[in-house]
Parts: sequence; C-alpha cells; structure tokens
Amino acid sequence: MLEGRDRVRFEETVLPHLDAAFNLARWLLRSRADAEDVTQEALLRAYRFFGTYRAGDARAWLLQIVRNCSYNWLQKNRPLEDISELSEASMPQERSTPESLAIASHNRERLSRALEELPAAFREVLVLRELEGCSYKEIAAITARPIGTVMSGLARARQQLRTVLAKSAQKEVGHGV
Amino acid sequence: MACEQPKTHLHAYLDGELDAAGMATFERHLETCADCAAALDAEEGLRRSLQQAELYERAPESLRGKVRIATAPTPARPSAHPGAWRWLAVAAALIIAILWGSRSFFPTIRSPQQAAWTTTLLDAHLRSLQPGHLTDVESTDQHTVKPWFDGKLDIAPPVRDFAADGFPLVGGRLDVIEGRTVAALVYGRRKHIVNVFVWNSQDTVPVSDSGERQGYHWVSWKKNGFTFCAVSDVSLPELQQLQTLSFQQ
Repeated sequence: MLEGRDRVRFEETVLPHLDAAFNLARWLLRSRADAEDVTQEALLRAYRFFGTYRAGDARAWLLQIVRNCSYNWLQKNRPLEDISELSEASMPQERSTPESLAIASHNRERLSRALEELPAAFREVLVLRELEGCSYKEIAAITARPIGTVMSGLARARQQLRTVLAKSAQKEVGHGV
Repeated sequence: MACEQPKTHLHAYLDGELDAAGMATFERHLETCADCAAALDAEEGLRRSLQQAELYERAPESLRGKVRIATAPTPARPSAHPGAWRWLAVAAALIIAILWGSRSFFPTIRSPQQAAWTTTLLDAHLRSLQPGHLTDVESTDQHTVKPWFDGKLDIAPPVRDFAADGFPLVGGRLDVIEGRTVAALVYGRRKHIVNVFVWNSQDTVPVSDSGERQGYHWVSWKKNGFTFCAVSDVSLPELQQLQTLSFQQ
C-alpha cells in the first residue's frame, strides 16, 4: 500500500493517463465493458508496483501494464483470438491497387470495424501511433519490441487497414449501397 | 520504374521519425518518384480519416471513480463498539484537562528549537510504524545490526540486544532528523515498538530529558559521546528502564 507522498505522486503522475489506459484496453479487447475491468485491474497493479517506477515516461509505463493485462485477459477469456506477433504476417499481403489506395471519406463506423478486424498486434501499433500519438520509441518501449519492428509493423498495419477498408467498400457497392 | 526506397522510409517520413538529413533526402526523392508521392497521399488520407473519425475512447466516469476508491487510503476500521469511542473521548478530554492544569503548576520551559527537534523525533517514530518503514536491516542479532551502520554514518552507534530484559532488538535503520542522518535502533516491547535514535553528542541538539505528547513518550540520555532518545507509546517508566539498561553496558 502506498501512503502519503507516494500516493500523491501516483495520483499526479499515473492517474492523468487513465484515458490512454482505457483507450488502449478498449481497442485491444474490442469491448468497453471488458476494457473497464481490465483497466481497473491494470491501475491497481500499477498502484501496487508504483515502487518499481522510478521516473520517466509514466504513460508508457502504465500502457505497458495495461497491455500485459489485456493480453493475459485475452488468453484466458478468448483463447481463440489471434494475438500473434507483428513479424508473422497474419493477413494476406496485397499489393496496393488503385482501388485500395483510393480511400474516400470513411465514417467512424466503418473505420472502427476495419480496425477491429486487424490482428491485435497490428491494431495496437496503429492505436498507439494514430490515436495516442506515441513516437516509435514510445511504442517500442510499450510493446517491448525493437524500433525497426515497430516501424515495419506500422507500415504493414496501415496496408492491412487499407485492404480491409477497400473490401468493405466493395461489399457495400456490391450490395448497391 | 520501380521505386527502390524501402517502404518504411515513407512511413517514418509520414510520422516525422526521420532526422533532418533523412527528411531532406526523402523530400528530394518525392519530387521525382510519382509512386511514393501517390503512396504518401494515400497514407495522409488514411491518417486524416482516422483522426476525423474520433476513435479515441475516454475512460467512463464510473471507472475513474472506481480507481479513486481502490487507491484511496484505507479508512480506519469502524469500531464494533461505538460506545467505546464515547468513553475514549471522555477519557481524552479528562487527560487534556489534567495536563492543561498541571502545566500551569509545573511549567516546562522549552526552547522552540528543542520543541522542533522533539516533534521531528516523534514524527520519525510514527513514520517508522507505517508498513515497510520500520527497519532497513532486520535482525535480532546485534552483530548483524551494528556492522550494517558502518560507512552509512560518521558514527558507530552502540547496538545491544536487551531481549533478556524484555526489549528484544528488531533491527535498525537510518533516519533523517532536521537534515541530519541519525541511527535508529528498533526494539520490541511486548506488542509495542521503541525507536532509539542515536546521534553524535557533538551535534549539540537540545532534547529535554523526557516528556509526553499525544500519548507518546520520550526519554533522552547521553553516554560515551552519543545522545540517545527513546521514543514509544509504552509508559515512561518502561523507557527509563531501557535507559538504565543502556547505562549498564
């Protein structure tokens, strides 16, 4: 249990990143309700192990814990979920075609669904980069991967997202929407 | 003509992760490579879409509340006998009244400096009772505790175990009192804890010989160039017993 000064420090350095923690958990778990449980667990764990946090990037430190908790949760509760590594190409690689490059305006619904369709490893680098605004270095620290892997993973994740979006657009055209 | 730039360069450029020279080189490349220019356009479009979609999801207020509660300090356990508190309050009021009365009969003259030092010692005692704060070196063996202080202080405080006399040694730690590092020897007394602070007598720090504040007692003495100050919630005579034991060594 923390007391006095440490508790105040925890409130000042870690709690401001609660939104970031929840956002990452929500996209990794694809559920707000589950994200609420896992974020709470992660915050309690951060609180318990605050003694091991020295200084530096509190957001990265917290997101690392959130990520671990999220993957543990997935393994336990959704063992069939694809949580393979970035290096393994879990989705068919397609060459950029003019159709896949030409992404018109996408509404929130469609983007959200497309993002959720990506394997977790690709989804998380995109969320950290595009939603959370993390640098490559921060993503590398949070996901415990070399920067080079983060860089190539991000390139691949964007490509995959575009592919999924193109497919969903085609489907809609096919259905005459 | 196929572009030979690695694809990751384009992404590093998009994300502002290239250094100044890398940025300049890539910009020159963009002027001549239509493939990369088109790909960059597409990436920027995707990014715009992601940003405009407002996909970021903030923590709900309910979660914020739950986390606050979970990390709040544990409140004192409510008493099973609410009546007991009332009696305690009466007793406390009586004690205060008696002390207040006795003060006018036996005025204790204490300098502000003395009072400050005493307050800090009492605070240090209370702090040490918090979980995980009692000892830096935990041992009932005086031959373990004494060498532990070596090199950590400019003094080698005498460490003795008085277990046979009801004051078993628990361990030791360093404490900072008013900017001075002092040794703290920790003794047990039944279920209570006694902190004996030890510092060099040359640091002429005034402590009144003994006293009581808010249920805590202290007794101070000097021996062999050291000043000792025992602080605890045990009774004053018990602390004086420890003082006597210290003198007998």
